[in-house]
Amino acid sequence: MAREISYQQAINEALRQEMERDSTVLVMGEDNAGGEGSPGERDAWGGVLGVTKGLYPRFPDRVLDTPISESAFIGAAIGAAAAGMRPVAELMFIDFMGVCFDQIFNQAAKFKYMFGGKAETPVVIRTMVGAGLRAAGQHSQMLVSIFTHIPGLKVVCPATPYDAKGLLIQSIRDNDPVIFCEHKMLYGVTGDVPEESYAIPFGEANVVRDGKDATIVTFGRMVHLANEAAGELAKKGVQCEVIDLRTTSPLDEDTVLESVGKTGRVVVVDESNPRCSIASDISSLIAMKAFGDLKAPVQMVTAPHTPVPFADSLEDLYIPSAASIQTAVRRVVEYN
Amino acid sequence: MADVHPVTVPKWGLSMDKGTVMVWHKQPGDRVRKGEDLLDVESDKIANVIECPADGVLRRQVAAVGDVLPVGALLGVVADAEVPDAEIDALVADFQANVKPIEAAAAGGPQPQVVQVQGRRVRYLAMGAGGDALLLLHGFGGDLNNWLFNQEPLAHERRVVAIDLPGHGESDKRLDTGGVDEYAACVTHFMDAVEVGAAHFVGHSMGAAVALRIAADSAARVRSLTLVCPAGLGTEINVDYLRGFAAANSRNALKPLLAQLFADPALVNRQLVDDVLKYKRLEGVTDALEKTIAAQFEDGKQRTLLRDIVARIPAQVIWGDEDRIIPPQHADGLPASVAVHRLAGAGHMAHMEAAAEVNPLIASFIAGVK
Repeated sequence: MAREISYQQAINEALRQEMERDSTVLVMGEDNAGGEGSPGERDAWGGVLGVTKGLYPRFPDRVLDTPISESAFIGAAIGAAAAGMRPVAELMFIDFMGVCFDQIFNQAAKFKYMFGGKAETPVVIRTMVGAGLRAAGQHSQMLVSIFTHIPGLKVVCPATPYDAKGLLIQSIRDNDPVIFCEHKMLYGVTGDVPEESYAIPFGEANVVRDGKDATIVTFGRMVHLANEAAGELAKKGVQCEVIDLRTTSPLDEDTVLESVGKTGRVVVVDESNPRCSIASDISSLIAMKAFGDLKAPVQMVTAPHTPVPFADSLEDLYIPSAASIQTAVRRVVEYN
Repeated sequence: MADVHPVTVPKWGLSMDKGTVMVWHKQPGDRVRKGEDLLDVESDKIANVIECPADGVLRRQVAAVGDVLPVGALLGVVADAEVPDAEIDALVADFQANVKPIEAAAAGGPQPQVVQVQGRRVRYLAMGAGGDALLLLHGFGGDLNNWLFNQEPLAHERRVVAIDLPGHGESDKRLDTGGVDEYAACVTHFMDAVEVGAAHFVGHSMGAAVALRIAADSAARVRSLTLVCPAGLGTEINVDYLRGFAAANSRNALKPLLAQLFADPALVNRQLVDDVLKYKRLEGVTDALEKTIAAQFEDGKQRTLLRDIVARIPAQVIWGDEDRIIPPQHADGLPASVAVHRLAGAGHMAHMEAAAEVNPLIASFIAGVK
């Protein structure tokens, strides 16, 4: 039955239901079981922000604490996947992917292609993305586009509790490696989520809001800011269509192009740095396939080309805001 | 009053219960023409313009920008310049006296409940009290929300209970056979569980076949039958729709199918498609729907034929003239005791599309049952 739960609870519920359904699903990562080896400390943490808390008592032999060595345990998860398990590894922050990048892009992403299609790697790497938690330059990045760039990986960025549950279940059942990007500022967001299990297919964008004047294409936390901006603009008579991509790989080109065909005016919002970003990727898609529909140049709203600053005031300026999205929409709507 | 036109908050989707006034395009005293943009209203999902209902003058802006108002609340009044102010003020006062606050409508309104029926979870929504109970049975792929426009109006006189059939809505999705017998047995056991001995039945489509089955097997539990675009009266059915619905897993696949349910395909908006998709993705739904098709509509024909039942129990048939799922001709040749109402401009979801006609038909029919 649908009830309101948080984004964090939705992720926990997806893990629990898939572990109940399929005994090859296992959860591993730093403090996922919580203080392994220290009496009285089991299930104390459930990962750094408690997302996996409660799983260890239910599945004591399938929730594994790992050493603080991402290169080792991500490699182990990928190997276990190749050997028939469905591991869900928690790599605390996407910023730490650098140390295990070979395991991900040279191994996991390539197995299917280099072993004649016979090898499958159903691993999920859950990781936190995004700024706003005052966690500075090494814990706040939005590196989604780096993984989107690599063929063989699927990249998932849920914006709501409903999507978080359904997309994580799909990620676990999918036979390819999935980078599952959880925005740390969304964990407390609540919404209607069915108690029953359900999977949302990859490559299907969600039209969050209908409108005829301009299209805002975005994903992750920015969906909420885009909605806020669209609500403000509606008071002034500007109706925005808001598209949540949900997965950046595979990408739902059709929904984007269909909307551009309707509005002819586009703003792409991406929390990451602007160069080689999802924003620039979507912009080029529209330039190539919908040029004739455009009534104004595509606008991008992104972070600047700098690391995420630590000072609160600067971090707030760094992250795209509802106000900056409104300004960009006005620019495309007023263009002649 | 013919020249006075109230402008009210419209209902743009199943789940829309309120709207926010975003901007007025006309000011009080402005001359307005029919079809001109009057104001923008926004729901949770959509912002849209409300057009002027007639030529005249915008006499009142009752709602201010930023107001959040329930569906049906008064936004403004358009009337000829000659209509006296007193008449306008009387209309406004009348609306304000009857307006329901949103909090009361949402929080105080009845919520669905869950009951265990032979080890199976069944969700239902009960409204009203007294009288012989009225049971609402939705069709293939539907749920209790299909009665959104009927249940509350019918509940003024009696207890009205809408259920999610097994495999549907938020009831358990597991079905053993998917046959009409299994659905019927679940409904009678449900009646036991909620202590309803006998009831009036309103069944839509497959739900009508279920009601006919119950009437055939346990006549004492059925006071009357209202069959809306029913299965069970003939063999033809649009099985391409049924199979397409069971298989559809995306917005683009589902939308043209749902459009077949209505005479006016514009009623299939994004919200409706999203709600159906959310249901279809739940674990076990595809299996339940496929079992139901195999058991009840194999080879593209209806297997349950219970035409003779309507002669034994007070019965009426309501059918949308533009039904593209089950042909309305199935109502031809029924016994003279069975009233048949064919509704122009309505499709298979006649109870939604033409609720204003369907509700009085049901209410007066039941009132006349001895």
